[in-house]
Amino acid sequence: MDKIVLEQVSYVYGAGTPFEKKALDNVSLAIQANCITGVIGHTGSGKSTMMMLLNGLSAPTSGKVYLDGLDINASFKELLPEWLKLPEYANMRKSTAKKAIKTELAKRKKSLCFRVGLVMQYPEYQLFEETVYKDIAYGPKNMGLSAEEIKERVYEAIRFSGLDEAILQKSPFDLSGGQKRRVAIAGVIAMRPEVLVLDEPAAGLDPRGREQIFEEVCRYQKATGSTVIMVSHSMEDMAEYCRNMIVLANGKVVANGSCQEVFSNVSMLEETGLDIPQITQLTRLLQARGLALPGDIYTVDRAVAVLKDLYRTEKGND
Amino acid sequence: MAEPFIHAENLAFTYKGSGGADDIPALNGITLDIQKGEFVAILGHNGSGKSTFAKLLNLILEPTGGTLSVAGFDLSKGDLSEDDLIALRRRVGMVFQNPDNQLVATIVEDDVAFGPENLGVPMPELRERVDEALAAVGMSEFSQREPHHLSGGQKQRVAIAGILAMKPECVVFDEATAMLDPVGRKEVLDTIRRLNREDGMTVIHITHYMNEAALADRIVVLNDGAILMQGTPDEVFSRRNELRAVGLEVPQCAELIHRLREAGIPVSGQSVSSLEGCAEQILKCFAKEGRDNG
Repeated sequence: MDKIVLEQVSYVYGAGTPFEKKALDNVSLAIQANCITGVIGHTGSGKSTMMMLLNGLSAPTSGKVYLDGLDINASFKELLPEWLKLPEYANMRKSTAKKAIKTELAKRKKSLCFRVGLVMQYPEYQLFEETVYKDIAYGPKNMGLSAEEIKERVYEAIRFSGLDEAILQKSPFDLSGGQKRRVAIAGVIAMRPEVLVLDEPAAGLDPRGREQIFEEVCRYQKATGSTVIMVSHSMEDMAEYCRNMIVLANGKVVANGSCQEVFSNVSMLEETGLDIPQITQLTRLLQARGLALPGDIYTVDRAVAVLKDLYRTEKGND
Repeated sequence: MAEPFIHAENLAFTYKGSGGADDIPALNGITLDIQKGEFVAILGHNGSGKSTFAKLLNLILEPTGGTLSVAGFDLSKGDLSEDDLIALRRRVGMVFQNPDNQLVATIVEDDVAFGPENLGVPMPELRERVDEALAAVGMSEFSQREPHHLSGGQKQRVAIAGILAMKPECVVFDEATAMLDPVGRKEVLDTIRRLNREDGMTVIHITHYMNEAALADRIVVLNDGAILMQGTPDEVFSRRNELRAVGLEVPQCAELIHRLREAGIPVSGQSVSSLEGCAEQILKCFAKEGRDNG
């Protein structure tokens, strides 16, 4: 099932100025529900712009963004004739119906940023509260939840983050970089978004910190069946954690499919200026030198398994 | 042997706790020499003291213990004159992780000119330096752009150009590639290596990318403010378990070699830091088995 659909989406920065730049150029794609989709592309390829369109933070210059089949940027004017025909408004006086529709639309717009949680680059710079608890509670509080529900959300989010509950009473500014990042993500997770969008969630962290971030995201995805969209530069991480991949170049989609499909197209990735995982480069090198290996090795686990089998087969033939 | 460019002995640094908070020791006795023209990568998990070490090198932080001399200046006595400090910082440039904190001007080439202009570099030469520096990071065509219109990686390359324009002898890259994409990283690394090999620039590269560290002459691994190990990339990356224990990983190739050896496959494990080296060893092992079959 498709959770999000982009239809002929373009986005232009600085339209009409000498620095006009088309960040997204007629992009059409669908993002599958209930799995992790990775988005990769070189610097300036339009990845971050695309992320900002997904929760209505920015509206495309042209084209449509659909969430569960509904155009998230549809205006009051566009919707009015349709909605007036709906049973809940049809019997009202027209002016009352208009007012009710306006209210409903505003509510939907607001709920969009709860339904599609956006974790921007370096989200730890956005921590601001006195305690970790308050910081994570900020989102649920804005959703208008009761104190009891907020508490439940905060504890749930901290469990997903893998951090100790004791951390809730600390100041976010006393935490390490990796912990801050996990708290910042927990703050978005606490809104239980149906779609979790993360823009380079692991950038700048050490290997263990990276692993912990991805574990947090995977735990949330598995437990809630939500749709996760993740921007990353690391092919190795993509191969490890994502089911599908979208490759962007110069504002256009150049590949979209399972990791296997995308990684198998080495020449396209190289043209786009992207690397394939080092382990895949190694297996290609080995193949070229005559070692009989399958072409779909994208993780170290798989490479170890394949080489072990090959070794046993050769030994077995002794 | 020539005087090392950087000489640290029992170097220590402690962050003073504010408002009655405990002091936080960041470096506890680092003894390390870095020669002129060397390319050294520094690895370590977050909080291991890497950035603290970097900041001591051009006196953004002052050592709280031990001795440190850089480019002939003694930085541990706390008596460096203003002129010497400026001379030191011209010779030892620093590029940080977040480019947004490093760009000052409203136009890219002005930003690159900021450093040399402040050093009093006169006009025709200033122009040359700016153009050269922008070319070195592949940003020439952006010279008239506004930095805030650039992407993160592009901004970082501008920040690096700003340092290069001061013609330093040593550049410390403090996770400067963290925000770049593979192409941007490769461009910056190629630049770093060229500056190191052709111009003899001393490079200290702090990174979380093991593949980048693999390009260095020497890797120094820090853990809890002390040197855990150092050696060539092959030496360091063959000690996979020790690295894992302190929250680091090894490049995928080295990981593969390690796990094959663990599984009892007799791969030599001598050369683990390069693709070529790994492929060579795996082939040797399998080819031998192949011959046994025949």
